[in-house]
Amino acid sequence: MVADGQIAKRLDCQGLVCPYPIIELARAIKSVDTGAIVELLATDPGSVRDVEAFQKRTGHQLVEQSQANGVFRFLVRRAK
Amino acid sequence: MGERAKRLALVASKGSLDQAYPPLILASTAAAMGWEVGIFFTFYGLDILHKKRLEHLQVSPVGNPAMPPPIPAIPMLKVPTLMGALPGMTAMATTMMKGWMAKAKMPTIKEMLDLCVEADVQLIACATTMGVMGITQADLIPAAKCAGATTFLDYAADADVSLFI
Repeated sequence: MVADGQIAKRLDCQGLVCPYPIIELARAIKSVDTGAIVELLATDPGSVRDVEAFQKRTGHQLVEQSQANGVFRFLVRRAK
Repeated sequence: MGERAKRLALVASKGSLDQAYPPLILASTAAAMGWEVGIFFTFYGLDILHKKRLEHLQVSPVGNPAMPPPIPAIPMLKVPTLMGALPGMTAMATTMMKGWMAKAKMPTIKEMLDLCVEADVQLIACATTMGVMGITQADLIPAAKCAGATTFLDYAADADVSLFI
């Protein structure tokens, strides 16, 4: 489990649809240091597969993923 | 790293509102994943780059048998072609689609273009279409570059994904 203190940037994309969650995630990852973690909150059901595909294509790691009350929470670590 | 980034080549040949979104969404998403992207705007797709027209793209229910009227209670109900040809129907369909977009918090065409420009997506305007339709460089947004089919084919030859819209 990643502690709150370890999160470098928090993104609230609840209510936003594709392509916004991924575009915001990409921007945020570029703005943090390598190894830092970005938290993304989204309600778009497509975002689950999108974040996995983003991880696969860019090499940044999906460290943790959870869901509560229709809100998906992703923790992604910048790999390079 | 050392691995070449993926490249996406798109042709945007349509100028209606429902056909303007797909190339811009694909382009901005690919760019967000670090891909190189180029969109070749040709024929009516050029309206998407046209300074005065890009905020006034329309969609018509005529010949568009997928277009529904604003009566969500009957999901199979679509606008019959003859009805779609009545005066005001195109404006109604366009307003309806803009309403859907706003409700889903989708960016406008202009906002999508800004996103693309910010992400270094190449926006190429077809020189032939410009000649045929009397459109000049001054009519287009500053980010648009003018080129021909050879440029697109050369770009697409090294593309991993090429799509025609």
